[in-house]
This record gives sequence, C-alpha cells and structure tokens, in this order.
Amino acid sequence: MSSPTHTPQGALGVETLGMTMRFGAFTALDDVSIRFAPGTFHALLGENGAGKSTLVKCMMGFYHATSGQMLVDGREARIADPRDAHALGLGMVYQHFTLVPSLTAAENLVIAREDAPRVIDWRSEMAALERFMAAMPFAVPLDQPVRALSAGEKQKLEILKQLYLGRRFLILDEPTSVLTPDEADEVLGHVKALCAAGTITVLMITHKFREVTAYADDVSVLRRGRLVGGGRVADLTHEDMARLMMGDAELASPAPRSGETGDAVLEVAGVRARDRSGLRDIRIDALTVRAGEIVGVAGISGNGQMELMEVLTGQRPPLSGEIRVKGAPYGATREEARVRAVRYLPEEPLHNACAPRMSVTENIGFRSFDLNGAGTRFWLSGAEMRRRAADLVAEFKVKAASLDAPIAALSGGNVQRAVLARELTGEVDLLVISNPCFGLDFTAVAEIRARIMAARNAGTAVLLMSEDLDEIIELADRVLVMSEGRIAYDRPAAEADRAEIGHHMGGHA
Amino acid sequence: MAITDRDMGAGLRPSLAPDGWLAALARRAEAVVIPLGALLAGLAVFGLFLLTQGKSPAEFYSLVYKAGFGTWFSWQNTLSRAAPLLLAALCVALPARLGLVVIGGEGAIVTGGLAAGALAGALAGLPGGVGLPLLALAGGLAGAVWIGAVGALRHYRGVNETIASLLMAYIAIALMNHLVEGPLRDPASLNKPSTAPLAEQLRIGDMPGMDVHWGFAVGVLACIAAWVLIDRTTWGFAARIAGGNVRAAQVQGLPVGRLIVGFTALGGACAGLAGMIEVAAVHGSANASLAGGFGYTGILVAFLARHNPLAIIPVAILLAGFEASSGLVQRRMDLPDATVLVLQGFVFVAILVSETLYGRFRVFAPERWRAA
Repeated sequence: MSSPTHTPQGALGVETLGMTMRFGAFTALDDVSIRFAPGTFHALLGENGAGKSTLVKCMMGFYHATSGQMLVDGREARIADPRDAHALGLGMVYQHFTLVPSLTAAENLVIAREDAPRVIDWRSEMAALERFMAAMPFAVPLDQPVRALSAGEKQKLEILKQLYLGRRFLILDEPTSVLTPDEADEVLGHVKALCAAGTITVLMITHKFREVTAYADDVSVLRRGRLVGGGRVADLTHEDMARLMMGDAELASPAPRSGETGDAVLEVAGVRARDRSGLRDIRIDALTVRAGEIVGVAGISGNGQMELMEVLTGQRPPLSGEIRVKGAPYGATREEARVRAVRYLPEEPLHNACAPRMSVTENIGFRSFDLNGAGTRFWLSGAEMRRRAADLVAEFKVKAASLDAPIAALSGGNVQRAVLARELTGEVDLLVISNPCFGLDFTAVAEIRARIMAARNAGTAVLLMSEDLDEIIELADRVLVMSEGRIAYDRPAAEADRAEIGHHMGGHA
Repeated sequence: MAITDRDMGAGLRPSLAPDGWLAALARRAEAVVIPLGALLAGLAVFGLFLLTQGKSPAEFYSLVYKAGFGTWFSWQNTLSRAAPLLLAALCVALPARLGLVVIGGEGAIVTGGLAAGALAGALAGLPGGVGLPLLALAGGLAGAVWIGAVGALRHYRGVNETIASLLMAYIAIALMNHLVEGPLRDPASLNKPSTAPLAEQLRIGDMPGMDVHWGFAVGVLACIAAWVLIDRTTWGFAARIAGGNVRAAQVQGLPVGRLIVGFTALGGACAGLAGMIEVAAVHGSANASLAGGFGYTGILVAFLARHNPLAIIPVAILLAGFEASSGLVQRRMDLPDATVLVLQGFVFVAILVSETLYGRFRVFAPERWRAA
C-alpha cells in the first residue's frame, strides 16, 4: 500500500453529547454537547483551565470521559484509546511539533504510518508521496530534513501528515502559537480551503479572536468546564466572545486596601531580550511599579511573562535597555537584591525557588544563610538557621512533619508558604511574583493573596504576573496586559474592563 | 506521597515522631545503607563471575582480606595506595556538589605531577621546608587550572563537563609523554623516560613509626577540610543550593559561575596535589607511571561515598585494599591482574543502578512513616 486510498474520503461529522469529565471531586468538563458539522472550521475558545484540552483529550481517547457519548458520522463511537480515534479518521496536531528533525519530510510521513513495512521500498513510496503532494493544495519539500524547514512549513507538514494518514477530522491545538503572524495566516488559509473543499472537518483550540473571525465558521466557548455559548462566527463580535470567555458576573471581591502610593521603585526602560523560542523578542518599553501598589500583568502564557521574570531575576541577560530599582541601575546580584530589599516569588516554587532534596530548614535559609546581622558571614550557623526556620514555620503556619524532611515532601501549598516565609520576612521594598497560586487549593490561595495584599499595604511595590485574570482583578491597582512580548494595555484597575482585557490578551489591539 | 495538612506526628510514640532521634538516624541511614548494599551486590555478582571462571569466590575474598587488611604490613601497603585515591576522589566529589560529573581527575594528577617534576630542578637548592610547599603549590595550581578550565567551559560555553574533563585527561597524558620524552627528559633515564630525579630534601618521607608516606595524612586532612567547606561554610552552602537547583540559586542572586569555576578548580587542585605527592613520595620524578589509573578509581570512590568527603576516607582505604591485593590474587589464584578492574567495574555498575533507589524506601523518610 502506498497511500491510504482505500479509506472513505471526505470530511467527517462529529458530535459530543453530554461529555463530562471528573478528576476526583474536580469537574474539568461539565455536560458539554457540541456538534461539528462535516466540512466546517470550528474554533474552541476558553481561558487556561476552561476545559478545552480535557474535551479534546476525551474525544481522542487519551482520557475516558466520566459520562457522555460521541457520535462519529452519525453513529455512536466507542473510543478506548487514540488508536481507535485514528481508525475512525480522527487526528490531532499538537501545539509543539512531533516531527523527527533529522529525518526528511518523506521519511517522517512514511514512518508515521501504522502499517509502515519493515523494509521500505523508497522508490515506490516516493512516487506515491509525490502523487499525494500533487493532489494537495499546498506542498512541502519532501527531500529536505525537517530541521531545515521553517516553523510554518513544519506546521504544514504536520497537517499534511494527518491527511496522508487518512484523517478526516482534525483537532488543531493552538496551531499558530509557534508561528509568525504571516505563517499563521498562510497555514490557516490552507486549512480553511481544505474545509471549504469538504476534505476535512477542523476543530481548532485558540486564544486569538482574530484567527477565529478570519478563518472559523463556528465557535464554541468554554468557561470552567461548561459550554457557555457560541454559534456562527459571523454573528458574534470580539466583545461577545471576550464576555463569554471571561464571564462578566464573576468579579471576585477585592481585598481591603490601605495606604498611599509612593515613589517609583522598579523602573524598566527599553528592555529587549530574546524569548525562549529564539524566534521573537521581548520588548518592554516602559514599566514602572511604585511603592504601595500592585501592578498586575495579565496575559496568556507564552507571551513573554516568563522571560520578563527571568530578566528581572538576572537569569536572562537583556540585549539592551535598563532596569532601575530605587533610582539606581539593578543587575539582580545577591548584594543588590539584599541592599535594595528585592524579593522574588517565581511560579512553581518547588522547581524554581527551592532545592527539592534539601531540607525545609535549609530551603528557608536560602535568603539569609550568609547574613550575620548587617554584615555577611563565612561560617555557617546551623543553630541560627534552625531557630529561624522554626520561627518562620510557626509564623506562616507551614505544615511540615519535620524541619529535616526534604522540602519536596511538603504539599504544594506548604512549599509556597515556606517560600513566602523566606521572601516576605524583613523589609521588602520590591516583590516580583509569578503565578503564586497556580495549582493550590482555595484556603492556600486566599491566604497567599492576603499576604501579598498585606505586603502592598505595608508599602511594598509589587509586580504580579499571572495567567489568572480573576487574581489580577482582585489584587492589582493597575492592570497591564502582555501580548507577544509587549505590554499591550495599561489601565488603573478601577477603569479596567474585562472584555477589553480579554480582547488584548487575544492579541487583537 | 505528599503529606497531608493535618497535624503531623499526633498520636505517635515519641521515638517514632518524624523529628525524633530515630527519624534523624533513619534520614542519615539512607546514604549509608544503599551504597553498602550496592557494594555487596557488586561483590556478589563478581563472585558469580569468578564461578564461571572455575575459581572460588570464597578463596578470592579471603585473599583480598589477607593482602589488603590481614597484617600490619598489608595495612601499610593499603594506606600508601589510599593517599592518591583520597585526593582523586575529592576531584569528583567537590564538583559533584554543584551537580557536575567530572571524570577527568587523571588529567589533573598528570599535570600536577608533571608541574612538580618540571619545577623540581629549579627548587633543588632550597631547603625542604621551603621547597616542598612550593612544589605542592605548583602541583595544586596546575591541577586547578586544568579542571577549573573544565568548569569555565561548562558555565560560559555550555560544554559538557564530563566529556570535556575526560578528553582533557587524554591531552594531559599526551602532553606529559611529549615533555618527558623530549624537552624535560633526564638523559640518565634510559629505560623509562623521566624528568630529573628530585633532590633528596624535596622527597616526601614516611610518617614516624610506619612505612606509609605523609601523602596519606595530607589526603585525610584534605577530606576533612573539604567536608568543613561544604558542610560548615556559606560557600559550601551556596554550592549545595546551586547543585540542588540552579534556577533557585540564580533567583537568590548567587554567583553560580564563580561557584562552578571555584569548586572545579578546588577539585583539580586536590588531584594535582595527588600527582605532586606521587612524584615526591613514590616515583621520585615525573614519568608515565603518573597515569596509573588513580583518577579513574577515584571516580568509583567518590560515587561509593555519595560525594561525602568524610565517607571518602574509609571507601578509599577499602578500594586501596582491593588494589593492593591484586598481586597476591594473581600469583595464588592464577588470575590476570585485570581481575581487580573487573571487580571495580561490577561495583561501579551496582552503584550507578543504586542511584535510582534513593527516595523509594519509606523506612528512610520519617515524614512518610505515619502513612504506613
């Protein structure tokens, strides 16, 4: 067999009926019914954690839904694992590439086939592949190693691979997140054409309203695991979609604030840095955080927040620009951080702020082990470190079986409490925080937010980066949105509008 | 495995509480019991290997005991051999605290010995009390530069330190062979090209009352000093943070680059000193005997000791005993002298496998006792 010509052709209709997925007491997906008509381009919108991935993982057989059914081509389908989904003609393109970089495009296509022969007759395979490519609306050079292809070509090859494998219903998980805007337009244009031609049905997970409007026929919006709306894209404005995504009646009550806003503590001017992928730059033209205020940076992950954090902590040298703390240039050395009272709470504290196998005592000592009153010390004082850890554990109510236990043995909330105890003790003039409540339970979240607010009320300048818009709205005095490595929005919290924030988060200014 | 938020330790007998003395003992026991178990497993598998060769494992191990530890004479032999192992193991253990796997200590031994041999001529006129420290300084410095360069390559250029140190060991050996057979050759060394012999007052003698040279005492002191550095100083603590999680160390503003270069250089200085001691106490001049494999056995010592400088002392003595017995085993059991290398290989594989066992046994994690 050279190409899967024996399989039925044409776009596949799929429908989910009352799809529900529970993980323990947590309901990730709640009674979601969506119909994907054959040959349509359907967009799935939602915030992080809204249940988009859970839905498609249930459809592809990675998860087994707690209840609910799936109809494929009008018939009830039982999908026990991804192999079953593939057999029915369902395929998925992931956010990150799944191609083998050292192999050519042709080799990648042939090895992806489940029925690939043990000995491959390359001459006949190449002939078949060229026939296949000729029938496609777009092409990728077959004989080049994949690492030589551009990101756009790789994504096209991922889609061609699915077609080559005979898939007729494609799930695209944020397919443009690694592409430049031009590449994204080209790839999505081709996908839309394939849908219009009746070759495939597409379900695309995305955050970007612009892509929804420009390419999708229908849209469904998930929030907190529930289907909250959708319909024909032509009937909806960006504001409608933003309101559906964010919900407008869910404003959390703000914590009590007090105190006056003071002088500028952190000033970032014209800072440029390379982002993780190396494809784009992060560019922060101007960012100021004053004493006694919380500046919240909202945004969908991967838009440069992590890189900004790394620049501020000295992990990523900026290409240009200047960072000033309390009026003087700041390079994030230990000395500078100590003298100017700068503290950090990186996201996932166990992985970014702790040494997991060192003890609770030692981890709490990271900030102060080399201090002796106002000066520094050479000889470690184990007794003082222990005393300090015991005091802080009691004060911040860290529940630890033993101070000698490795910190990795603590629950997530207690690791975060231990790190807060370390970083919030003593004078703190600037606090830089990233996703402080990610993955924590409600009590821990409330307590940690109260501590941040207390620091603000005591005159600390707080820069809070969070993917949780509710958290930003609850805590921030000023709301910024970061999109594509830039600050796209800046308003006092009182004037900030959820729909408008969502709009800017979606990359549409 | 995460503990719950309920009050821990309630309702337990005091001795079973997660912060009692028994708990402290259990926590420390893991780093002793697992390597010891791995050592025994390695010895057992080697016993099976001997059986396939038609030899008796019981006879082998009793010979090893006799030749390594059976008499005062064999103890002296063992301790003399342990001296370079102690220092070579520190060249692995010190960088290991930063999470680096440096396996090219042999290169630093060779450069350190070569530096001592090359400089000895110029220092021949000095009294021993001045010349010997200078010689030691030269050896240590040469080793420090050699392995410190590995650390610098790692931090500033992203070069894998394991491969770099290994390849640099080959360069060091080639360099030594070139110099000893060429520019630095003593014309009087006919069969074995060497540098000129050290002046008598520059030789390291034996410790009083025994046939063991002072190098052993130097090695033990170096291990104690390394332990103090790691366990009792802020520099050592900073290095442990960086080794435990380099991102956390960076967020704390610790000078990760300086720590990496400093600790690799210090490890290299130890190995370089080992080379100098081999020249001044054993060979009397720098020659090809410097590349005798102590650097590689040192890797095994450091891993068996879990990179704990104090544990290196008994482990180095144990493995030195194994090496000391190779001659006797060869004669009595008609086994090739590579047999001891095979034994070391089995033990090393067992140690590497045992690395995956840490954190798996509840008995060593008192915070999980309650769940039992």
